Amino acid sequence: MSRRTLNDEIQEVRTRYPEGTRSAVLPALRLAQERYGWLSREAIEEVAGALELTPAYCFSVASFYDMFHLEPVGRHTIEVCTNVCCGLVNAQAVLEAFESELGVGPGETTGDGEITLRAVECLGGCSTPTIVAVDHVYRQSVTPGDVPAILEEVRNG
Amino acid sequence: MAETTVAVAGGPALVLAGYEGEPLRSLEAYRAVGGYEQLERARAQDPQQVIGEVIESNLRGRGGAFFPTGRKASFIPTPDKIAKPIYITVNADESEPGTFKDREIMLKVPHRLLEGCLIAAHAIQSKRVYIYIRGEYLAEYESLQFALDRARDGGILGDVDIVIHRGAGAYICGEETALLESLEGKRGQPRSKPPFPAISGVYASPTLINNVESITTIPAVLAIGPEEYAKVGAPPDSTGTRLFCLSGNVERPGVYEAPHGITARRLIEEIGGGIAEGRPLKAVMMGGSSFPVMTPDDLDTPLDANSLGQKGYFIGSGVVCAIDDRTCIVQFALRVAQFYMHESCGKCTPCRVGTRWLVQLLRAVEHGSASERDLDLLLDVCDRIIGKCLCVLGDSAAMPVASCVTKFRDEFRAHLEQGGCPLGHDSQLDGLFAPVDQHAHTPVAQEALA
Repeated sequence: MSRRTLNDEIQEVRTRYPEGTRSAVLPALRLAQERYGWLSREAIEEVAGALELTPAYCFSVASFYDMFHLEPVGRHTIEVCTNVCCGLVNAQAVLEAFESELGVGPGETTGDGEITLRAVECLGGCSTPTIVAVDHVYRQSVTPGDVPAILEEVRNG
Repeated sequence: MAETTVAVAGGPALVLAGYEGEPLRSLEAYRAVGGYEQLERARAQDPQQVIGEVIESNLRGRGGAFFPTGRKASFIPTPDKIAKPIYITVNADESEPGTFKDREIMLKVPHRLLEGCLIAAHAIQSKRVYIYIRGEYLAEYESLQFALDRARDGGILGDVDIVIHRGAGAYICGEETALLESLEGKRGQPRSKPPFPAISGVYASPTLINNVESITTIPAVLAIGPEEYAKVGAPPDSTGTRLFCLSGNVERPGVYEAPHGITARRLIEEIGGGIAEGRPLKAVMMGGSSFPVMTPDDLDTPLDANSLGQKGYFIGSGVVCAIDDRTCIVQFALRVAQFYMHESCGKCTPCRVGTRWLVQLLRAVEHGSASERDLDLLLDVCDRIIGKCLCVLGDSAAMPVASCVTKFRDEFRAHLEQGGCPLGHDSQLDGLFAPVDQHAHTPVAQEALA
């Protein structure tokens, strides 16, 4: 593990953009979330400090985007596409299989804090429905029958 | 688990030239199929000449708006006219439901995208390119970053820098001015135009914005020459090939490069192997979920802007999603409306409020608690959204919903008469969960920050 602090990482990201701009906000929030799992008040304050912006500004940006978690999430995320193209080929049954295996609904986290289940909009994998992003890695052509094996892999991984 | 089919169908391979099943990830692999030769040729030319060639080809934007790519570049002031840096931003925020072509470009021929960026940078004399890629695309980001590192190490970038900027989950950031806002580190809410990005884009500087596929096509245009390119497809207005995104209830879905003018029937029945299980086709989500649905009687319409336009359709981002007879069209319209309600940025009232109205009314129809007057009210709400917002997101909800009500009014009526869905729970989209119903994060987060 690197000894680099979040601030070090953010300062490096800032160099990609012209001075005096706020372009590093999204990458900085992403770095914070990767480090802490979600964007707590403290995490947002740290990002704001590194970028010399107010926490309120950083929160206003973070709250706009679906991928930023403003409340704690599980160590792993499972995101099931439920837009039309996946829906035509049984996305609903895939989501329900995850719900029943995990005992939680979309947007919820298992009691042991391990897995957060989310339904998401089109992930851009429409020719291999249903698309399930497991810790952001796409699984293609997922059927309800694949769900137990995916969960076993996640829990052991 | 199945891989996405990516193939050339019935025309020259231009965007996918040289791709034979193995991604062209390394410099050597891309160079072996003529990669970066057009960049070298372009750099030896006068910038205006390069723009002239793209204009001559009549290449048009593949992101949905179909604006002439060369003309767009010609709007950018030359460096002697303006004392500001000139930027290129590539729209890789591919989020239109049913669209999955740009990701295949970034996975299969990432260097061609970079070559297109560098040719465009020469043409408008820009030194800085931002590629805004949607946050969910991880493998695609890694593939593109890998290619970019190889190109940089190979000395190909010259004095141009390319930065890959990752989004964080917001459909609206595919709208060009929302993308610029997001790139500037703000909430992704569209700007009013004018000024147009060509004059005042990112950091209030002249900015060229192109979709991934549009800019990836530029090396292909130069490779076969603009005159030849302009003969492919459905000239004079819809030239060249495009990557059609075939999905839904077809046997062989995938990304297929085909010339403009191919029909949806040919894509679905021949290339796609027909409707799964031999069922009848009910509708086609044509162009993307933002556009009017196509009915089966229009399947022989050539997929070019003019032929589609005459019948009220759009080519959009090349989406052809087949919907068979097991789908309730009210559920389809509802799910589409829920998507836009979720993705509305909230800036303009007709879109923010109108998309909620559409969802409420469609729910009432689906549950059989609506009346005939509600169908007219649905059309009225659509009418009060279309053309009344800063960007087209509201229109994108209203157009498909209005088309469903108009073209399938009998099915909507059947819901009212039978007190619910005639297909019962047999519809493929029955009970489909929409993410908009899971979000409670704003109040919770406010509490966390209190």
